Amino acid sequence: MENFVEILPGLTFYTLSAVAVAAAFMVIAARNPVHSVMYLILTFFSAAGLFVLMGAEFLALLLIMVYVGAVAVLFLFVVMMLDVDFVEMKQGFLQYLPIGGVVACILLAEMIMVGAASLVNPGESVKYATGGTSNIEAIGNVLYTQYAFFFEAVGLILLLAMVGAIVLTLRKRGGVKKQNVSAQIARTREGGVELVDVKPGEGIGS
Amino acid sequence: MIIGLSHYLVVAAILFTIGVFGIFINRKNVIIILMCIELILLAVNINFVAFSTHMGDIAGQVFAMFILTIAAAEAAIGLAILVVYFRNRGNIAVEDIDLMKG
Repeated sequence: MENFVEILPGLTFYTLSAVAVAAAFMVIAARNPVHSVMYLILTFFSAAGLFVLMGAEFLALLLIMVYVGAVAVLFLFVVMMLDVDFVEMKQGFLQYLPIGGVVACILLAEMIMVGAASLVNPGESVKYATGGTSNIEAIGNVLYTQYAFFFEAVGLILLLAMVGAIVLTLRKRGGVKKQNVSAQIARTREGGVELVDVKPGEGIGS
Repeated sequence: MIIGLSHYLVVAAILFTIGVFGIFINRKNVIIILMCIELILLAVNINFVAFSTHMGDIAGQVFAMFILTIAAAEAAIGLAILVVYFRNRGNIAVEDIDLMKG
């Protein structure tokens, strides 16, 4: 039993990272983009688990809320809205496999070299940044004081993204009947009523 | 078993590489490319949080939060551009996006 408790962090870490890596690979390998989005959700979920393991609980929950709750749903929405023949799009998959594989291998080799270099003098195990207070409290302490300007700038960027997305996708349709309030208010008696002097027995004609 | 900093860095490196690899092999589908960018940003986030907890400095987590925000904004704008492009051209093949002749 003690043995099990000892290996539990390692077991969790390897399970989560294996799932994250496998799901990330399926994101780029899946034929159907809807499956890709599902695997992306799985990747982010596993990454959130890794964050919890590192002691960053707030960011883990934020990752699930922002990515699974907003970004992934947005992706799904767009994938389903666009009526694209995705099977045809997968043609030529093998065409770019060699060059992509070479670049990926070089990248991975470089990063493994850096990692191996740091393994020569290994650091101690991951320490918790919180130091007594909770993770969310520690983040809040610096986020609204030291990083207040960045926080507001990021809020502005989000506003910009929102306005930009709305402006980009807005379109005027023809033939839609809509109420024009200002035109209604600006109407005067002269424009709306016409007095006609009707002679007896003649009618107003047409 | 002690899970050190390098373990997390390796996972982040693998995720980053998969992201770059995905951009290379999915040259026809913009949606997959956008997802690959999200993967790359996730790898960066894992690095930030790993270093933050390892060094005992909360600043890394604050920056990871900012990256999260920017990634969300980028996804929204990218998908909006994609929708407009699809409306105008009827497909989203990357190879056909050469209107600017860059």
